[in-house]
Amino acid sequence: MIELRNISKAFGSRIVLRKVNLTINEGDFVTLMGPNGVGKTTLLHLIATLSKPTAGTILINGYDLADSASQLRRFIGVVSHKTLLYDDLTAMQNLSFYAQMYDVVDSSIRIESLLKQVGLWGRQNDLVRTYSRGMQQRLSIARALLHNPPILILDEPDTGLDQHATQQLGDLLTEMGGDSAGSSENSNKRTTMMTTHNLDWGVSMGNRAVVLAKGQVAYDSQGGEISMTQVREYY
Amino acid sequence: MVQSLRLNHSHDELHKLINPDSSTTVNQNLRRYIRKTLAIVGKDVTTEIRTKEMVSAMFVFSLLIIFIFNFTFDLRAANVQTLAPGVLWVAITFAGMLGLSRSFVLEHDKGVLEGLLLAPVDRSAIYFGKMIGNIIFISVVAIVVLPVYMIVFNQPFTHFPWLGGIVVLGVIGLSGVGTLFSAMAVHTRAREVLLPIMLFPVIIPLILAAVRLTAAVLDGLLFADVSHWLTLLVAFDVIFIAMSYMLFEYVVEE
Repeated sequence: MIELRNISKAFGSRIVLRKVNLTINEGDFVTLMGPNGVGKTTLLHLIATLSKPTAGTILINGYDLADSASQLRRFIGVVSHKTLLYDDLTAMQNLSFYAQMYDVVDSSIRIESLLKQVGLWGRQNDLVRTYSRGMQQRLSIARALLHNPPILILDEPDTGLDQHATQQLGDLLTEMGGDSAGSSENSNKRTTMMTTHNLDWGVSMGNRAVVLAKGQVAYDSQGGEISMTQVREYY
Repeated sequence: MVQSLRLNHSHDELHKLINPDSSTTVNQNLRRYIRKTLAIVGKDVTTEIRTKEMVSAMFVFSLLIIFIFNFTFDLRAANVQTLAPGVLWVAITFAGMLGLSRSFVLEHDKGVLEGLLLAPVDRSAIYFGKMIGNIIFISVVAIVVLPVYMIVFNQPFTHFPWLGGIVVLGVIGLSGVGTLFSAMAVHTRAREVLLPIMLFPVIIPLILAAVRLTAAVLDGLLFADVSHWLTLLVAFDVIFIAMSYMLFEYVVEE
């Protein structure tokens, strides 16, 4: 469970988030929406430990992110519009490098399995710079899931993708994003937070929609059906 | 690790993952730390071998400096000994600056520094990984350029091991502080300008000690006469690497 309690974030005198309260249950797929500059990426950066809140507390399963950030990082995977991949390394070298960063055991087996799942097995020894944007984004998903994190953060993963590639990405996220345990007996739904400007696609991906406006939660469909009318109204 | 990360661990299991028993994990943590540091070095070396962007630019630049100084000062036997040590260190520091300014650019421009910061890796491991990479690149260039320098400035090759040692000690200090400043400058728009402006005043003691030691080797002075310069050079390396180690986290994090 991810709990945001009275989270505020300011950059100098500019306040981006104002006392945001949000509880995300295990297994939720939350689509976070809102116009540019409303604080979506800032909110995800706070959860991903890339920045610290000006005020408030973020708890992951009861552990304060401010106290245990370095330990909790291994529970989080991030896909952003930037691929976070090295262009001059091959897909295999990129994933091997990140596997070492995340202490993944039996990394070669895990990498092969992930590359097969994202459809890049066979091109694993090609430089990332030779990949199309869609392929790079699929590799980026493999990178984010390498350590099988129970929390997946997707910051506009559809940026720069055409309709077909976006659909492929959605299918891949549905297929790979669901289970973080890897075996049926430990079955455990992955908690996912995604930002996107593609409202229809975003809503179709998630089971919960949150719209931010003026640095606050303007709409949250928690516990009910997502209302596209309300999403569009607050967007 | 890959099969064990779940948020629905029992409270005790999760507590162990987040607060591992310190007595049993010190060695494991150290091994992980070293492995991650070396992985960063390996990644940088592999990238550099493939692109040759940093080393080739530094190599050509340092050669140009040596030849330009040679032509402009018309180095006759009388003034060679006076000018030669300074020329070597101008070549190394300026070429090193070129490499250091590129050190975090790739990471920053492609957003991969974010990828590193997202990983459960100690920030100091990132610093040491990048620093060791910079030491390797600048040292390789300096050691390759050194024989050319000795020919151009008519120095006996018997000095090579001593000069090589001084060069490596100087490069360690230059890379130690340069890696930190490079990480600071990369977030600014004027990074190419900012890095030398920040770095040169700080490395004055290092250049001074390195030039004096180089001069002592070329002049055939006794070690006892210049041991204080060696102490200064080693002390600079130790102090500035320790300071950079402590400050790096604040530089790369918001």
